[in-house]
Amino acid sequence: MQNHGAEKFIGGKQTFESITTKIESVVIDQRKKHPLEWYVVFGIAFGLLQVLMLAVTYLIVRGTGIWGINIPVGWGFAIINFVWWIGIGHAGTLISAILLLMRQQWRNSINRFAEAMTLFAVMCAGIFPLIHTGRPWVAYWLMPIGPNILGMWPQFRSPLVWDVFAVTTYITVSALFWFVGLIPDFGTMRDRAKPKWLKYLFGTLAMGWRGSNQHWFRYESAYLILAGLSTPLVLSVHTIVSFDFAISIVPGWHTTIFPPYFVAGAIYAGFAMVLLLAIPIRAWYGLKDLITMKHIDWMAKFMLGTGMVVFYGYLTEAFYGYYSGNKYEMFMIHNRMTGPYAPLYWSLIVCNGLTPQILWSQRMRHSIPVVFAVSVIVSIGMWLERFIIVVTSLHRDFMPSAWGMYTPTIWDWATFLGTIGLFTFLMFLFVRFVPMINIFEMKDLLHKQEGHAISGRKEHVVVEAASAHE
Amino acid sequence: MYHAEETKTVYGMVAEFSDPEEIVVAAHKAREAGYRKMDAYTPFPVHGLSEAIGFQDNLVPWLIFIGGLLGAGIGYGLQVYLNVVEYPMNVGGRPLVPWPAFLPVTFECTVLSAAFFAVFGAIIGMNGLPKPYHPIFNAPNFDLASQDRFFLCIESNDTQFDLEETRHFLQSLGPENVAEVES
Repeated sequence: MQNHGAEKFIGGKQTFESITTKIESVVIDQRKKHPLEWYVVFGIAFGLLQVLMLAVTYLIVRGTGIWGINIPVGWGFAIINFVWWIGIGHAGTLISAILLLMRQQWRNSINRFAEAMTLFAVMCAGIFPLIHTGRPWVAYWLMPIGPNILGMWPQFRSPLVWDVFAVTTYITVSALFWFVGLIPDFGTMRDRAKPKWLKYLFGTLAMGWRGSNQHWFRYESAYLILAGLSTPLVLSVHTIVSFDFAISIVPGWHTTIFPPYFVAGAIYAGFAMVLLLAIPIRAWYGLKDLITMKHIDWMAKFMLGTGMVVFYGYLTEAFYGYYSGNKYEMFMIHNRMTGPYAPLYWSLIVCNGLTPQILWSQRMRHSIPVVFAVSVIVSIGMWLERFIIVVTSLHRDFMPSAWGMYTPTIWDWATFLGTIGLFTFLMFLFVRFVPMINIFEMKDLLHKQEGHAISGRKEHVVVEAASAHE
Repeated sequence: MYHAEETKTVYGMVAEFSDPEEIVVAAHKAREAGYRKMDAYTPFPVHGLSEAIGFQDNLVPWLIFIGGLLGAGIGYGLQVYLNVVEYPMNVGGRPLVPWPAFLPVTFECTVLSAAFFAVFGAIIGMNGLPKPYHPIFNAPNFDLASQDRFFLCIESNDTQFDLEETRHFLQSLGPENVAEVES
């Protein structure tokens, strides 16, 4: 750490041993009492998961007619939620890959967590386009698996087909990245687990990892390249998602600002979600020394930064709407600000544009309730943004005779809330059954933080840390 | 060699350290003393250790590069093949191969294939995983190699390896413990 020589990212007095114990006891000691909050939230999430099952089953039985979608607004909740979820996933890749390339070692204590979030968010995202096809049992037609029943192939000039490739690649690479990071930790768990079955389980997952220097050498080299591959991948995924809109000629969609503005929005929403998850979990599981106030502070800054980019996107959209001189574009902006969905538009501006400005103050960034509240508001705001983009552009596009209104039905809400349940359910299972912080990277960080002065000592004592002020 | 009979059943001699800096120094000294066949086992990647041991492997980036090229070829080739040979479709006289429109899928295929090569080729394949059994697991306290201990193993197939001398040498490096490892 040349640049941050004086900074400490691990709080309290830690040894390699204490870090391992802190992280692993949650998983290995399954009899240990978990916090009551865990059971409560898990129970609610499990309930919502049942709602999702019900909603999807009913959808498959009855078809997409149970949703609020209609002819001017054919995309509705399915695409809003798809874009929202996939955006949330992007912060995970940003933390694990981009910050790794930037040598931001503070990411070590949140990357595992954020990668799991990516994986589960993309799972939730994937459900929507799949069920939105109306006939999910023939969804394999999207893939060039052929010659299929129709004897035809996907249209490779269509952004919707690019999307299929982008999202499947994204979830595959995210899963690989996540699993690779886990291999050495599974080795540690294998060596620490007491019950035989747990030893076998982790032993199988670790695949015989033995921490050999040769293994580490190749591991680090390949991991860095994987990060280098994931970085353009994550940018490409949301760029392609934005192409779903931007390649069309619908007013409000056909703009070149979309790719960067979507990517920034994705990271913005994702950091809000990381904070929403990290804040309670670090408190419940006593991980405040590993996920310190400095982490919360910096993630809040990230939110502020990307939030400004997103806000700039809104301003640009409005400006170019008028500047274009195109009457449909001008009407679209006018309709957005004063039409039937205007209250949602202005809530969006308040949620995403104004609320995060509070994070300029360091005192606010160090207040857990404030950061948590801002994260909730930003998550809602980012959802509203997708609602505004999808619905206001479609519901009044060109011919007034073709205009319409979109109102979600109970089934739209059930599916949406259901995926929140699925996401929380998976996240909570992850916290309980997989080491939620990367153990070996934390040890590496501890070693670097100590410097070279500790040679020969048995106790590796770390002096001070940011979280001590908490 | 005097101990020729024993060395056949011995995988190597292992020294256990409690500090990452110590093992780097120890590996340096072992290399200076002329040992070549050795490996270190550590709970996290210790920087400077590969240089100390003299281990170098530049194959990983090339392997992943080849994976990426292969993915790009397959991705672009698939689209060209489908649009030119398998199902050519004339849409208002537009070109059959609009290369800019084929880039997103080509790019995704490149990344996917490169990532597969990185994980299954480099991290799992080149490291010889999965490997449920390895003689080093016989070393005493080796379960700590994934926690807070650092092991340096001089393997018995090193030309300089000798049970007594190697043990004596490792002892001189100031480890916590020195032990023989059965193969």
